[in-house]
Amino acid sequence: MATTAATLHAPAHAEPSGLWSWITTVDHKRIGALYGITAFCFFLIGGFEALLIRIQLIRPDNTFVSPDVYNQLFTMHATTMIFLAVMPLSASFFNFLIPLMIGARDVAFPRLNAFSYWVFLFGAIFINLSFVFGGAPDVGWFGYANLTSKQFSPGHGVDFWAVGLQILGVASLAAAFNFIVTILNLRAPGMRLMRMPVFVWMTLVTSFLIILAFPVITVALIFLLFDRFIGTHFFIPSAGADPLLWQHLFWLFGHPEVYILILPAMGIVSEVLPTFSRKPLFGYPVIVYSGIFIGFMGWGVWSHHMFSVGLGPLADSFFALSTMLIAIPTGVKIFNWLATMWGGRLELKTPMLFAIGFIILFTMGGLSGFMHASPPADLQQTDTYFVVAHIHYVLFGGAIMGIFAGLYYWFPKMTGRMMNDRLGKVHFWLQLVAMNLTFFPMHFVGLLGMPRRVYTYGANLGFNEMNFWSTIGALLLAPAILIFVYNWITSWRSGPPAGNDPWGGATLEWAIPSPPPSYNFGTIPEVHSLDPLWHKDSRELVLASNHVHGHIHMPPNSYWPFLGALGMAMMMSGMVFGWFVGIPGLLLMLLGFYNWAFEPCH
Amino acid sequence: MWPVLAVLPALAGCNTARDFPQTTLDPKSDYARAIQVLLEQQVFWVAVIFSFVLLATLVILVKFRARPGSPEPKPIHGHTGLEIAWTIAPAVILTLVAVPTVATIYKTQAAPPAGSLHVRAIGHQWWWEFNYPDLGVTTGSEMHVPVGRPIAIDIETADVLHSFWFPAMGGKRDAIPGHVNHMFFTADTTGTFPGQCVEFCGISHANMRMKLVVAKPNEFEAWVAGQKQGPAIPDSTSLAGAGHRLFTQSACVACHTIQGVSAGVIGPNLTHVGSRSIIAGGIYDNTPEMLEKWLENPPGRKPGSLMPNLGLTHDQVTQLVAYLTSLK
Amino acid sequence: MSSAAATLAPVHEAHPTSTGLNNRKMVFWAFLGSECMFFGSLIATYLVYKGRDKVGPHPHEIFNIVFTSFSAFVLLMSSLTMVLALAAVQRNNQKTARLWLAATALLGMTFVGGQCYEFSEFFSHGLKLQTNLFGATFYVLTGFHGTHVTIGVIWLWSLFMMATKGKLGSERALDVEIAGLYWHFVDVVWIAIFTLVYLLQ
Repeated sequence: MATTAATLHAPAHAEPSGLWSWITTVDHKRIGALYGITAFCFFLIGGFEALLIRIQLIRPDNTFVSPDVYNQLFTMHATTMIFLAVMPLSASFFNFLIPLMIGARDVAFPRLNAFSYWVFLFGAIFINLSFVFGGAPDVGWFGYANLTSKQFSPGHGVDFWAVGLQILGVASLAAAFNFIVTILNLRAPGMRLMRMPVFVWMTLVTSFLIILAFPVITVALIFLLFDRFIGTHFFIPSAGADPLLWQHLFWLFGHPEVYILILPAMGIVSEVLPTFSRKPLFGYPVIVYSGIFIGFMGWGVWSHHMFSVGLGPLADSFFALSTMLIAIPTGVKIFNWLATMWGGRLELKTPMLFAIGFIILFTMGGLSGFMHASPPADLQQTDTYFVVAHIHYVLFGGAIMGIFAGLYYWFPKMTGRMMNDRLGKVHFWLQLVAMNLTFFPMHFVGLLGMPRRVYTYGANLGFNEMNFWSTIGALLLAPAILIFVYNWITSWRSGPPAGNDPWGGATLEWAIPSPPPSYNFGTIPEVHSLDPLWHKDSRELVLASNHVHGHIHMPPNSYWPFLGALGMAMMMSGMVFGWFVGIPGLLLMLLGFYNWAFEPCH
Repeated sequence: MWPVLAVLPALAGCNTARDFPQTTLDPKSDYARAIQVLLEQQVFWVAVIFSFVLLATLVILVKFRARPGSPEPKPIHGHTGLEIAWTIAPAVILTLVAVPTVATIYKTQAAPPAGSLHVRAIGHQWWWEFNYPDLGVTTGSEMHVPVGRPIAIDIETADVLHSFWFPAMGGKRDAIPGHVNHMFFTADTTGTFPGQCVEFCGISHANMRMKLVVAKPNEFEAWVAGQKQGPAIPDSTSLAGAGHRLFTQSACVACHTIQGVSAGVIGPNLTHVGSRSIIAGGIYDNTPEMLEKWLENPPGRKPGSLMPNLGLTHDQVTQLVAYLTSLK
Repeated sequence: MSSAAATLAPVHEAHPTSTGLNNRKMVFWAFLGSECMFFGSLIATYLVYKGRDKVGPHPHEIFNIVFTSFSAFVLLMSSLTMVLALAAVQRNNQKTARLWLAATALLGMTFVGGQCYEFSEFFSHGLKLQTNLFGATFYVLTGFHGTHVTIGVIWLWSLFMMATKGKLGSERALDVEIAGLYWHFVDVVWIAIFTLVYLLQ
């Protein structure tokens, strides 16, 4: 076996290329790239949907899109951004970085990793196919019962939505299981839990949230699908069912989901700030513990999405207090990030600008969140544009700014080339201005009484001017993102070579070549501190990991995960398309799984 | 978030009722004012905290920006005292907000005061029905209440989730199938205030609007007296009389109630439709022209409208408009 | 496999992990944690909807506690035989392992058979998925549990086949251990369902 390993998987060979090598790849870095590029495409699609929404709202009583198209657009915008853009963009970082940061050759289950990507891709395509098969889902990304029942939503949109989310759930779960084991089990010698980079910690917390939160939405969606396909009455009030059951199940998933979206960005920022401050992260254990605390508390606040349903004063008070409690670790993180910069030598490169932008914008989103933690105040704010402003400061100002910080920061590691810093700065400032122009007025238009999810509004309510400026802001966001795309493509093709460690980073991934070889580390490094590359002795030890001794055995490529994923997606989509898709899908899935299980993986 | 502080007084200073009739920032009831007190406290803390973070960031950017010859930073890993301080500080602020929050929750969700006027607000796709069980009055889209008297509202729905909201009167409450939700408030200023459904309820969610008329007690009594009368019976030879005949002979009766004429309960009660200022779920003023446009093609005016296009001729529409506007 | 390759192998079974726990075992524990939330949501829904039905049949009208106690006992016993099967594999005694694996699978099949009988009884009493909330929540909950048992039975028979071919030596003890984890989990879930759904009035 050693000889086959030597011939097939000898290090320093040219990387295989071509479409087939990507379909069969089990290399975490390639899967990370696939995740990243796919998710960014969906980010552009979701952004395009947002632009259409904003154009419709540029003036009152506009007729740019019809109300049913508008409802599809806001449903798909949220669904796309949450499940097809931010989550998989985070997954892209998990995939690319986690093994590099903990000093491993790959994830614990490389083929499961490939499987989760392909399931994600097919699920994402499936849910978007609804646009061509009779209309996309139009009930909001939260799909409140009983509007989703056959009686009130007879079309196929809700079916696409429910089945699509089930498919995507499989992908998220598979990836999360993988990263939990990878992080806990594949750490390099000396990499104790409290020596793991914060990004690794946040990935771990996020993965636990995913494996515990997704089963809950899975069950809720199963009920919905039974109601719609079999005629049960899980959410049918006339049979005695309570539509609030959906809200409880949905938000029991949905609130942890919020942290699933933001914690990875917090992890990214916690990596970027120390590097460009030339100073270790301030209060590392506190940041880690507060991240764990946020993940834990995320289970006790779901009903703050439901203050307006009338749960009674006791429940309202409980969820108000638990929500306020969660503000404390969040605040502590922000103060620790500021203290990290304090006394440093700040190099304001593009990643750093995005990280600082994250701190300010996320603080704003956090503070408006603190405002509707108070139920009486929330009753004036919820379901208005004030909440639209809040979630976009948290998700765009927070998660997306953090993700851009990460994309700029690790681009050299991913591609071996530098991005154009000047263009990056233009992107940052344009995005910062456009983002605030889009979303800041929404605070006011919300407090002035504009509900969300309305395709039109009366001309005499004073909403006109602020909506106009929001739309202008959104139209400016488009070129900001396009500058990034241009910069990304040109830099990838012809940026200056980056070298191993262009920023002087502290963590293991900067010890190895850019882009890393398929086996990552020639020798598994030994870790003796939190920032191994910043200490003279441990730096030597870590850099020694580039030496290759003997043959490195990497898992072989496999197309079975791809076929298994395709089969599973087909099987589940058969619920909408019919048995002639479902049955072949089932057979294909079984074929894929069977061969996967009995395929030698060493 | 500091601009909030700067803008709030400005917004309150200008005539918000005129410029922003649906605003939450110009409370006109005890309930809305109780919320406003909390909001102002929050805005204060939000401004303090955000100013601190923004200022700290700006100082850091100026003071610690890398310049040629900047010293190598000291590798400080943390400071226990600071960590404790900035854990306790937010905890103290949150306590200061939490105490009045809980007090307000219990105050605003108590049982309504004795002597409250009881109103049932029932959400339909896509209009609001208002029913005064103690007065025997049913109307649609336009709710009338007397100033100074507590109003206890039961919030219900006939189909999917809706949410009942007059921002000037206070927070919203969802209408949930199988549930009856409650809220109460005492309006302290007369006037008309817009509101609308704020829980997504389908294709015409945006078109589910309503109006609150807060009147002096005697004006309210007069309105009640008018609503309790039977409908106007038009002269059979007039245009309205023709409309009356047409109404009774057509599909209208299946969905609409006109006291003594028809008993449908799908659509709004039209017994006194002529007395209302708005029609079609509050999206149009109740003028003969708008009524005519509405009757010509309801789904074209309000997408998804359960009222179908009845294919009425222009003459028929004119007759019906004459009849309906006569129902004062 | 050369020793160099063995020490450098990235994801090899023999490679010591940071926690000392085997990767597959750890992922399975994580999976079971996830399953807890899945069954927890199903059971919670059943309990929330209990007594809300406007039309029967209601649980107390059709439950046959004696019969279900028997099938619960059968499933509990299968956990015992599963433990014995694992012990036999760990002792590298494939013949005994085969016996206990078959016993476990047969007990599992008895349980599933009992469930089929129970469902058909309830069906004849007029309880369908669409009848009322009890029908929907009960069938979906116990149906998903029964599906889990069925998957377990298939798993056990495939281990049995491996033992028959002499491929289930002590080096494969982990495979059996993980199947056992799954089996015990499904068993424990049934204890929760039996207590909360059948016994709790």
